[in-house]
Amino acid sequence: MNENDPIMRPDRPVGIVGYGAYVPRYRIAAESISQMWTMGAGGTPVKEKSVNSLDEDVATMSIEAARNAMNRAQIDPQELRAVWVGSESHPYAVKPTSTIVAEAIGAVPNTQAADWEFACKAGTEAMQAAIGLVGSGMGKYALAIGMDTAQGRPGDALEYTAAAGGAAILIGPAAESAVIINGSYSFVTDTPDFWRREHAMYPSHGDRFTGEPAYFKHVLGAAEVMMEAMNMTAADYDWAVFHQPNVKFPSRAGQMLGFSAEQMKPGLLAGVIGNTYSGSSIIGLTGILDVAQPGDRILMVSYGSGAGSDAFDLSVTDKIDDIRNRAPGVQQYIARRKEIDYATYTRYRGKIKMS
Amino acid sequence: MTNVSIIGLGQTDVSEKWETSLRHLAWYAVEAAIDDAATSKIDAIYVGNMLAGELSGQRHLGALVADFSGMRGIEAVTVEAAQASGAAAVRQAVIAVSSGLIETALVVGVEKSSDTTGSALTTAHALSLDADYETIQGLTMEAAQALMMRRYMHEYGVEVSDFAGFSVNAHANGALNPLAMYRNRLRAERFAAAPVVADPVSLFDAAPGGDGAAAIIVTRSERAEDMVPKPVHIAGSAIATDSLSLSDRKNPLFLRASAESARKAMAQAGVTHADIDLFELHDSTTIMAALSLEAAGFAAPGEGWMLARDGEIARDGSIPISTFGGLKARGNPAGATGVYQIVEVARQLRGQAFDNQIDGVTVGMTQNIGGSGATAVTHVLKV
Amino acid sequence: MEVSRHWRLQKQRYQLVGETCDNCGVKLFPPRDVCLECEAPAYELFTFAGTGEVYSFTTVYDAPAGFEGMAPYMMAMVKLDEGPIVTAQLTDVWPGDVEIGTRVEMVTRKLRTDGDEGMIVYGYKFRPMLEAIA
Repeated sequence: MNENDPIMRPDRPVGIVGYGAYVPRYRIAAESISQMWTMGAGGTPVKEKSVNSLDEDVATMSIEAARNAMNRAQIDPQELRAVWVGSESHPYAVKPTSTIVAEAIGAVPNTQAADWEFACKAGTEAMQAAIGLVGSGMGKYALAIGMDTAQGRPGDALEYTAAAGGAAILIGPAAESAVIINGSYSFVTDTPDFWRREHAMYPSHGDRFTGEPAYFKHVLGAAEVMMEAMNMTAADYDWAVFHQPNVKFPSRAGQMLGFSAEQMKPGLLAGVIGNTYSGSSIIGLTGILDVAQPGDRILMVSYGSGAGSDAFDLSVTDKIDDIRNRAPGVQQYIARRKEIDYATYTRYRGKIKMS
Repeated sequence: MTNVSIIGLGQTDVSEKWETSLRHLAWYAVEAAIDDAATSKIDAIYVGNMLAGELSGQRHLGALVADFSGMRGIEAVTVEAAQASGAAAVRQAVIAVSSGLIETALVVGVEKSSDTTGSALTTAHALSLDADYETIQGLTMEAAQALMMRRYMHEYGVEVSDFAGFSVNAHANGALNPLAMYRNRLRAERFAAAPVVADPVSLFDAAPGGDGAAAIIVTRSERAEDMVPKPVHIAGSAIATDSLSLSDRKNPLFLRASAESARKAMAQAGVTHADIDLFELHDSTTIMAALSLEAAGFAAPGEGWMLARDGEIARDGSIPISTFGGLKARGNPAGATGVYQIVEVARQLRGQAFDNQIDGVTVGMTQNIGGSGATAVTHVLKV
Repeated sequence: MEVSRHWRLQKQRYQLVGETCDNCGVKLFPPRDVCLECEAPAYELFTFAGTGEVYSFTTVYDAPAGFEGMAPYMMAMVKLDEGPIVTAQLTDVWPGDVEIGTRVEMVTRKLRTDGDEGMIVYGYKFRPMLEAIA
């Protein structure tokens, strides 16, 4: 281990042995939100966003993503040593989501279970911890999930994008992996661009402050350190995916780093599902894995307000072709869309005061 | 043939009785039965009730009814078998009197539904279903019957409108009964357009809940002959059960408990289908009426609805049902319903059915069903 | 809400764990320890695949307490591929999406919530097979 190397590399090579996406069925068009609050005069940052059903929350959505990841990996759930769920919308303030997921996939009782929180990068945070757990030899497999049912204050800019969805990433030994993790890197500072206080229903944010000093500084910072340490240029990667609070931010970040629209296309889902917060970058990664070929190289960079970015340098192996079709791809979930109106959306999202 | 006969009948009308309490409701029916029997020498009380605990915060109705009927001190218990509680209580009285341990028993079925309204009432009725595997999923009584109705329509190629005859008949008879909850006639052409409760079960399929109490007094047949001019003999009496959950039945369209209890009661009574002049069945929905006719052997599987279409269930038909309006028009006061059915058949047999009278009846059958068919209680009455 | 009652049933609710009869091989859901077919003891656990078809269905408009917020909702009797019928809600469906015979798969969803502060009960529901929708 080089003590001056900021890149985190496990002692034992690890990778992704299974992955699974989940997007709820319902969509609300950004245009419907715009009609509600600006009579359609405002611009829309996405075309539409996903909305969870009345009977869905981060636990149920994580269970489906986890089942997809387990179906792809086809491992015994009893071999899992960690089930970690990163979210900013855990159904309980106190009581782990992760134990519900672990129980539902048959991983209990011999497993670590914990919930993670770091705004929109809680999912990649759990991934890094899973890499550490498996890479150190403490456990053979660890499941990291990023999932959210994000809330935006009615009429706020966030309401256009705050969406529901996410993904599960199953980390295991590199020899069994469809994707090798070459390294990961975290770049964090204390930057109060977005937060939600205890008991508050909706988050608050710094408006334009969320851009340059927050999103771009951390995403670009993390990507640049990673690319330099790996001795890679944008052109050396086949695919890239960035945290996507909207379509514009990740597109511009990618462009500034030298990536083409084509390289970002399969992972850039915000336009049709919105910002799935903790799930945003990793559900994008699943979109890439659904189309990637053996030998492909991928850069993934998350962003969480508060603030920080996690960067991952990944290489696809020939096992991708074996596991891909064992579970529904993210585009399948996107295609089963049913559009709802603003009134139905307020009901599904619990915005109607019932008592 | 049992050696038990009915010597007294009492009933209140079925309605929303905002000013009447559970205990008063029971007393009105008891008082009427005692007056009718011209005896107040009662040895035991069997109360049929399903929901007083949930709806009125009151259980322990045996003691309550004994106390408020001026019979403090005597043996009294509540019998519970969901919506079949009323007839199940009658069955216990028959057993008690047959055994010789009890000489004269009073049965009162009572339900005070209107003390609770809305979703809590829907929840209470669903207590008769399987809590762990049905109600936790949001199943209601109407929804359980809707699942049966949809499957029936699918298997036998029947339309919603084909069930109309049951409700039209019930309302036609209810219109003549001053004690019925609904006395309006129903037009068949409006049936299929009725507001839906649980698709395809509509308001015109489903029987309304209501407050009501009905009572009978039974004693040994040889005593009965000396006590009243026209005792009604309980010729057959049987309870049978089926799986609590609808989904656990090999054929969800076959009411096994209904078939089994009817078979036993008819065998005890020594009667065949041709002997039965009327059948007060459990028409909590039209599909239950059709399935009961089939299970009890009056129609082949898939053909129960045809008896309604062809007018055979009318008072002048081959197998009259719901002769005072049935659950649909007289009203369905849950745990009291089974006693109402027996009072009504007894009135027909005594020739005291007034405008609802069927000519020349000597044998009548009742069947009271709990849950989605898990309990069925059949009685055959004769004069 | 009865916390222990729901906790006790998690295996059935989360994973459709039933039983198989050693004697005649029939699969049972819910588990009941006695075979419905041959009445022999049946204690061996069996996890159902969670796929089946709609045997019958309804839409509930008049919901019981605790379910009002979800009404109208669809319910079905689902005939599992291994044999037994399960009564459950259908989810992610709108009237018209489902007919008798529609292929469905099990998903885990919120069954009910005990108000804003009480426990959340999770369990099986069914939805049309994902491939069928996409």
